[in-house]
Amino acid sequence: MTPTIDTPDEIIDPRHGTNEQHRNRLLAAWSRPGGFFGWFTATTHTAIGMRYIVTAFIFLLAGGIEALLMRTQLAFSNNTFLGPDKYNQIFTTHGTTMMFLFAVPMMEGMGIYLVPLMLGTRNVAFPRLNAFGYYLYLFGGLLLYAGLFTNTGPDVGWFAYTPLSGPQYSPGKRVDIWAQMITFTEISALCVATEIFVTVLKQRAPRMSLNRIPMFCWAMFIQSVMVTFAMPAVMIASTLMLLLDRTAATHFVNPAEGGDPLLYQHVFWFFGHPEVYIIFIPALGFVTSIVEAHTRRGIFGYPAMVLSLVGTGFVGFGLWVHHMFATGLPQLGQAFFTAASMMIAVVSGVQIFCWLATIWSGRVRLHTAMYFVLGFIFIFVLGGLTGVMLASVPLDLQVHDTFFIVAHFHYVLIGGALFPLFGAFYYWYPKMTGRLMNETLGKINFWILFIGFNLTFFPMHILGLKGMTRRIYTYPSEMGWDTANGLATLGAYIIAVGGIVFLANVFMSKKTGQIAGRNPWEAGTLEWAADSPPDPYNFEYLPVAAGRYTMWAAPEDRAVVTGMRDDRREVLVTSVMDAEPQHRYVLPTWSAWPFISALLIGIGFVGTVFRFWWYFPTAVLAGIGLIGWFWPRRPWELGR
Amino acid sequence: MNAIKQALLALPSIFLLACAGHQQSAVDAAGPQAGRIESLWWFFFWVLLGVFVIVITTLLVSLSRGHRGIEQEPLEQTHQPSEATEQRLTRSVSVATAVTIVILFVLLIVSIGTGKEISDLGGKQNAMIVEVTGNQWWWNIRYVSNNASQIFTTANEIHIPVGRPVMIRGMSQDVIHSFWVPNLHGKRDLIPSRVTTEWIEADRPGRFRGQCAEFCGMQHAHMALWVVAEPEPQFEAWRNAQLQPAPAPSDPDTQHGRQVFLNNACVFCHTIRGTTAGGSVAPDLTHIGSRISIAAGTLPNTKGNLAGWIADPQRIKPGNHMAVLPIPSEDLQPLADYLESLK
Repeated sequence: MTPTIDTPDEIIDPRHGTNEQHRNRLLAAWSRPGGFFGWFTATTHTAIGMRYIVTAFIFLLAGGIEALLMRTQLAFSNNTFLGPDKYNQIFTTHGTTMMFLFAVPMMEGMGIYLVPLMLGTRNVAFPRLNAFGYYLYLFGGLLLYAGLFTNTGPDVGWFAYTPLSGPQYSPGKRVDIWAQMITFTEISALCVATEIFVTVLKQRAPRMSLNRIPMFCWAMFIQSVMVTFAMPAVMIASTLMLLLDRTAATHFVNPAEGGDPLLYQHVFWFFGHPEVYIIFIPALGFVTSIVEAHTRRGIFGYPAMVLSLVGTGFVGFGLWVHHMFATGLPQLGQAFFTAASMMIAVVSGVQIFCWLATIWSGRVRLHTAMYFVLGFIFIFVLGGLTGVMLASVPLDLQVHDTFFIVAHFHYVLIGGALFPLFGAFYYWYPKMTGRLMNETLGKINFWILFIGFNLTFFPMHILGLKGMTRRIYTYPSEMGWDTANGLATLGAYIIAVGGIVFLANVFMSKKTGQIAGRNPWEAGTLEWAADSPPDPYNFEYLPVAAGRYTMWAAPEDRAVVTGMRDDRREVLVTSVMDAEPQHRYVLPTWSAWPFISALLIGIGFVGTVFRFWWYFPTAVLAGIGLIGWFWPRRPWELGR
Repeated sequence: MNAIKQALLALPSIFLLACAGHQQSAVDAAGPQAGRIESLWWFFFWVLLGVFVIVITTLLVSLSRGHRGIEQEPLEQTHQPSEATEQRLTRSVSVATAVTIVILFVLLIVSIGTGKEISDLGGKQNAMIVEVTGNQWWWNIRYVSNNASQIFTTANEIHIPVGRPVMIRGMSQDVIHSFWVPNLHGKRDLIPSRVTTEWIEADRPGRFRGQCAEFCGMQHAHMALWVVAEPEPQFEAWRNAQLQPAPAPSDPDTQHGRQVFLNNACVFCHTIRGTTAGGSVAPDLTHIGSRISIAAGTLPNTKGNLAGWIADPQRIKPGNHMAVLPIPSEDLQPLADYLESLK
């Protein structure tokens, strides 16, 4: 009889002794020291992924509180609640937090947590790099908020256009802190991207050929490739050009000395536009996973979905100029970017149509996760259609930098990323905690968020057409903007209530939720073959893929891999195309060096905010960390 | 049927009602460019609204109970609908995609057509050139002419004759600003070390408010300007008045006010043509009494507001670059009287 993944009590490979002995050895190989100091040595993807998710969620709450403060200031005309200086710091911190500290890291955290489980492997390809990336991200976030709480919060917008952000118009340390925070989070994003695409290409379960990869893993793979191309651009803009202009008196983007402020905009938006897709593509993966499980059928048009994801990844790099239509670029170029921006609507349309076809032909079960998917389709389609308007140069010239844009991108980002994310929380919470979330509370949660969201952001479309520009801390009463702003503020508070309901559900369900078991949704992908919550080694025996949806395959087809050592951290490396087993690879074990390296490099980065010469000690400190990290070990110590 | 039609016709007017009737609105066009953009907007609005309704209807129908189970396929076991179902779906998705592409092509072509129309104005004989220079947080306005005696400078207020094309030459003194008068045209950024241009034209008289649209620092919210479109004779009268130096004060009160102005640090930053005040880093005040507002659209231009502004500009517009001068309160009123007399 073929050994299968559904028979945990059966002895699958007698060479490992009893199942209990096997499990204990795996546990010993994959655990880390306990206690306070042990916390800094974690390298398993579930631990690091969960830290990303929790940290990013805390930043979401911080960004949400900032949004409430802004909405309170804008609730009526001539309000003096915040004043210009506080308002400008808060809107900049809100944007920066949501983009760099919440959205991207949250998606990465979900990817780190879920991708190895979905691929049927035990950890990401570079576990220590993974831990290192997390600590850098954490330090970057702390730096930004340390600045905000000491009245040194950035106040030039999350895009920090020069020359406003240059040394002449923004003296002090506010912009330096912002720029250095970018360095932290972008290095972290690059670490994650590297792990994820190597993991997706080389650590898939045997027989999981390219056409069998779960859609979420495809999405994370494409997102990772995009990160790899986009993040260096923002580091060139913020760390190289802006920070050197500010700390080392270069003149890359200083018009007074022949530098070009538009150069900064081009480089920034070459990152900034793909950034939107970096946030949004993983969310498409969530949606597909939830839809598949809740319609009980595989996604309709798998190849079309993958190709449209790839298409988004490519075209996403060809539209940055639509953020710069008002700068007066040549018309031919503008027409090109209009066409490219509209092309995005084609690939997004294909995705929407495929989900609709899946729902149409599936056996729909309406759990909370599915509610969030339906809410996503409603909001995202609306946001996508206003996006088509923005691709048109003449329309963009009118609504650019008005509240119409604020409405548009909150529709695509909250609708397109946050709603799927909440759906994903409801969907994978049982996998992460072992208990189901409360469905009634979940549906209440959905409706509050959905109504609050539309009440907040729909009136902003009208405000924008009525001429309300963005990033203004107040407006005169005779503009007639009071009613719509009042509604938007009310909506923002409703969203906050929705957030509280969600948190209450998370904490209550953790204690009293129904026990989930391995596969509560009867879903098809491999993460549901692991225990809930997964053991540090994920699978006692690595699964073999049986089609696109292994858990839906007949039990006798669900094979596992035998012959892996259980006394060290071994994973199976498979071929890129067909996932044929190639060799067993030993991953490094727990280590505190990623933390120490991140700390030393972090000290150096913070130093450069104050003195340029800190670049040199930074190199030395980084060297010390990396020497410890890569201290050579004898082959038989590997994995120990 | 008629009722539905009426309801449909009423829909945009509700939207318009919410938008219109304002001096700073993108859907209340007062010029050919804004008018073309507005038409384009409604075209996009209707086409895309149709798309939205179709997509959401499809979604709701696919969820409806009557629909569910039509296929009668044992999905719980197979997880894969029959070949026939998949083929039908493939056809539908392909058609939907093709229709999407066609719609986008139409929108693209219409949009590029409008883009060409608005970037240029046909007859440019008798066109005027106005230089707009963005400053933190006010607008320097300079009327340019081949005839040197016709050149003059003002601030925060542009007058244009109805029906005459005006070229806005945009520049910036410090950071990036964006010139935007939505009733007349879309935005054009004002970028340091560059010159950007935009054509505007008004086809009806009126006062149109504009506002800086690119975040430019602390007081970005208080950087507005007025465009006053008026018939040719009124415009000519205004221009001739602007070309004159400031009128000499006629009574002791305003004479005292002028003395206060000239004896204080005001003169280092402001110009009043016809006096010794010749500073060039702050708005030209030669005819400040004739303007609609002060401090770049922050306050209506009244004597009280002027006095309050001079007494403490940092309270009204915190962070602005105007110095707080120790002007005794007994001098404040004459100073405001004098400035108000500069019609």
